[in-house]
Amino acid sequence: MADKMKKWLDLGRQILDRDDKKKEMPRRYRRLRRNIILLMLAVTLIPLAIMAATNAIQYQKNIKAERIKPIRAIVGKAAHSFELFLEERLSAIHFISSSYSFEILSKQDTLHRIFRILREEYGGYVDLGIINSDGTQIAYTGPYDLLNKNYSTQQWFNEARVRGVYISDVFMGYRDLPHIAMAVQNLNDQGESWILRATMDTQKFEDLISPMGMDPITDAFIVNSKGILQSDSRNYGNVLDPFPMKIPSGDSSTHVRELTDPEGRDIVMVYSRLIKHDFTLVMILPQKNIFQPWHTLKQEMSYMFVASVIAIVLVIFSSTHLLVKRIREADEKRVIAFRELEYTQKLSSIGRLAAGVAHEINNPLAIINEKAGLLKDLVDHDKHHDKEKLMRGVSQILQSVDRCRNITHRLLGFARRIGVQYEMIDINEILKDTLGFLEKEAHHRNLNIEFNFDEQIPKISSDRGQLQQVILNILTNAFAAVQDGGQIVLSTRQKEDQNVALAIRDNGHGMTEETMRQIFEPFFTTKKGYGTGLGLSITYGIIKKLGGEIKVDSKINQGTTFTIILPKTPPGETENE
Amino acid sequence: MNNPIKVLLVDDEEEFVTTLAERLEMREFEPRIATSGDQAISMVEGEKFDLIVLDLMMPGIGGLEVMKQIKSANPDMPVILLTGQGSTKEGMAGMHQGAFDFLMKPLDIEELISQIHEALGKQSS
Repeated sequence: MADKMKKWLDLGRQILDRDDKKKEMPRRYRRLRRNIILLMLAVTLIPLAIMAATNAIQYQKNIKAERIKPIRAIVGKAAHSFELFLEERLSAIHFISSSYSFEILSKQDTLHRIFRILREEYGGYVDLGIINSDGTQIAYTGPYDLLNKNYSTQQWFNEARVRGVYISDVFMGYRDLPHIAMAVQNLNDQGESWILRATMDTQKFEDLISPMGMDPITDAFIVNSKGILQSDSRNYGNVLDPFPMKIPSGDSSTHVRELTDPEGRDIVMVYSRLIKHDFTLVMILPQKNIFQPWHTLKQEMSYMFVASVIAIVLVIFSSTHLLVKRIREADEKRVIAFRELEYTQKLSSIGRLAAGVAHEINNPLAIINEKAGLLKDLVDHDKHHDKEKLMRGVSQILQSVDRCRNITHRLLGFARRIGVQYEMIDINEILKDTLGFLEKEAHHRNLNIEFNFDEQIPKISSDRGQLQQVILNILTNAFAAVQDGGQIVLSTRQKEDQNVALAIRDNGHGMTEETMRQIFEPFFTTKKGYGTGLGLSITYGIIKKLGGEIKVDSKINQGTTFTIILPKTPPGETENE
Repeated sequence: MNNPIKVLLVDDEEEFVTTLAERLEMREFEPRIATSGDQAISMVEGEKFDLIVLDLMMPGIGGLEVMKQIKSANPDMPVILLTGQGSTKEGMAGMHQGAFDFLMKPLDIEELISQIHEALGKQSS
């Protein structure tokens, strides 16, 4: 079982390995691809992210402001109404205490009558009492038996005496309903102070607040400065329960705070402190409701952002992959094309060589042919007894064979190999040998070939075949440049300790600076129609491969000099095999 | 053809041209030799030939130029060209310029002779 498993695993690994090899890409292409991807990701994603973030912040700000604005207005208005309501009630009490004298109000039936009118006009009043300067309630109308009750020790009595006006916090009063009490002070004819005190239920509070809390998510209530609820709250307890959050201090304008309540809900608290009274109107809304449009938008924007990022990344990856693949293919094609051209160039130089060689060989062959034919003729005509003549014919044949042999030997020396094969070479000899291929043409065109050789020049380690190709190339160009009867000078010399130099100078038509700059470029040719434009570029390649340098110097109508500098020992060469 | 045919052989390879002349002589021809274009031209001026065998590639004046000059004075003079080059390009060019034929080196002497006869026969007809 385990064996089987192992076999499958091995198979899988092999497949994966093969896949890896197929995908393998030279490091520079991988690096190129990585760099392009990183750059493109940076230039697309960074601005996108910045834009998305700025938009999000801006939208959030706008939407919040837009949603908060009406709520803030409602709370402000409600607080104002509430303040007016308290002022109105207070002013009613004030009116009574100012309109009637202490004596009139002290009468139980008068007070009762006024109380009845008050209830009819305003509603919500529960009782009404007159307290004299000693703190004794001397008249009372209401559901309790509070006549003659003394309040002198109570805090509200003292506060009303000092300030002239008093409004209590909410307390549980008649029938266990929340109430507030209000009192105003006045002076009688004797200059003694007395107090008119009224109690009313807080049903009116609810009437004022309820329009704010119409929808079920809104919670609106009143809290005093001690943090005690003065009206029922939907979520934070009933009247007189402590409000579980601290209301931030602030002036009487409307404020907005985003908070988390003790139960962990994210809420928005909008509150407004009353100017004259110790109450704060509070409205609480869950953040998720109020900011719903923002959350929806945020979600949509997030989806959009993620989708854009995915799309961008996909496009970048696929297009970069394609791009790098194309570049790589183009590179490969170029290399192949260049190799093919190099090969074509070799073929064409072989062709050129073959034509020359055919001529060179055919001439001695023609002599051999005639001499052998003559010998046959002599035998046929029975004249073969002239020994001297026969011998001359044979020796001519042998001489011509020698000529042919020289040519084939030179050819063998020219045979090119793939790669570089180093051997010890005498530069002078190579120059002479190579010139041999063109000797006939030189002779026919009456060219003046001069040698200016350093006979002491040391042998160098280099590739014979390739050097011959280079020299033949340059010589062919020189031959093409000169007129019949022109001059070509071949020279060699030692250069420094490590190098030798050879120069081929002609007095031909020369070339312009423009041409000179381009001659080593592939496909550049001045021989329109029959040049491949590759000769000198390949020459350049070979010299570089051999660790040397090639330079050209030319003046129009004066001639051209090619100088090749070759190292005695090629770079990186260790031992000759 | 009772009189021997008088042929001018022109080639810069002296060994070749003398040997060829000797062999033609054995075959009842009357060959003359020139080893350069200039020599050939001056010889044609002074002497009457039946036919000229002319090498294309020679130092100095080349074969085609020699043929042109000779033909300008003797337009009917038959010329057979010889070429050592492997290609037939130059030979074809020569035929366009009025040569009777071209032959590749090394020569088959029997072929040369039959061409000579053909050229002269064609001319006389």
